[in-house]
Amino acid sequence: MSLRQQHDLHKRRFGLNLGLGLVLAFIVAVLFGLTVAKVSVGGFQVGPAPAQTQTGEGN
Amino acid sequence: MSDASINQSDAGTDDASFGDYFALLKPRVMSLVVFTALVGLAAAPVAVNPMVAFAAILFIAVGAGASGALNMWWDADIDRLMRRTARRPVPAGKVTADAALSIGLTLSVMSVVMLWLAAGVVPAALLAFTIFFYAVVYSMWLKRSTPQNIVIGGAAGAFPPMIGWAVATGGVSVESLLMFALIFAWTPPHFWALALFMNADYEKAGVPMLTVTHGRRVTRRHILAYTVVLVPVALALLLTPIAGPVYAVTTVILNLLFLRGAVAIWRRDETMAEADRYKVERSFFRLSLAYLFLHFGAILIDAGLRSWGLWA
Repeated sequence: MSLRQQHDLHKRRFGLNLGLGLVLAFIVAVLFGLTVAKVSVGGFQVGPAPAQTQTGEGN
Repeated sequence: MSDASINQSDAGTDDASFGDYFALLKPRVMSLVVFTALVGLAAAPVAVNPMVAFAAILFIAVGAGASGALNMWWDADIDRLMRRTARRPVPAGKVTADAALSIGLTLSVMSVVMLWLAAGVVPAALLAFTIFFYAVVYSMWLKRSTPQNIVIGGAAGAFPPMIGWAVATGGVSVESLLMFALIFAWTPPHFWALALFMNADYEKAGVPMLTVTHGRRVTRRHILAYTVVLVPVALALLLTPIAGPVYAVTTVILNLLFLRGAVAIWRRDETMAEADRYKVERSFFRLSLAYLFLHFGAILIDAGLRSWGLWA
């Protein structure tokens, strides 16, 4: 029997590792996007952006 | 299910799939949380950067998933006994209880810290309290000790629109409190209708649902009483700026239907219910799902109309 033979366990573990890798890549992308969004609104600040109503009254 | 499979150890295996771990987060509950939080955020009178809004909703969803994992860790023993929950990852032996606890705690801390950085301290504090309320107050304390478990515990499911609102405004207001109250008052009739036709499950697990401790007759009365409380709460939203014409039409129709369903449940006895296999109770349960979804859907549509200038 070849040592390289695929078992169902290998498939599940590959699926788990792939899923986890994709989740981590997604988190990195979200954090990058969030950072860009926060610094582009007048410097990074924790909390909601300064009040800006949907009708633009805050401008 | 055989005794052998029921008695499987919760030690679990080490070859769980990605889907098993994802199932720990209760994706269906997460989808409701995402939807109501999104509505809370969209209905707020403050515009939010789309990327911040997306990240905030994501962290709220992760927080909800974390509390789901903690609930599965704590409730593995009774989940194993109930047909509805026996196939969850921990009781099914796919994921260990320790892994569920680790994932729950890690995601709880991560979601709260990230929401704090993304949207501020108020939504983060509300999310932390929601996780604590669901995992500790509801799962560990109320669920196994009082028939009022889902009345008080319902608060945990009612927080997401408040958190969404706080992401945009940085605070709490009458509108967000009324959205909270809508879910809070909706929860008892929704779960008690389910308990009427799933009573055997709760009885087997020793969960003191109202149907188990006080019987179905009392539960039917309570469903009607809480529906009567729910109607003015839903209508009260009409007095706030977030409710528009779509909400007005939706809430009037749905509340009439819901009230009619609650009266029908109240007028029935067990002989009638068993004769048609709880047809009215099942139909009321389905209506309750539509009730919540359509109310929040209507708020979302009204928010859209307002932002497009179609309604002031």
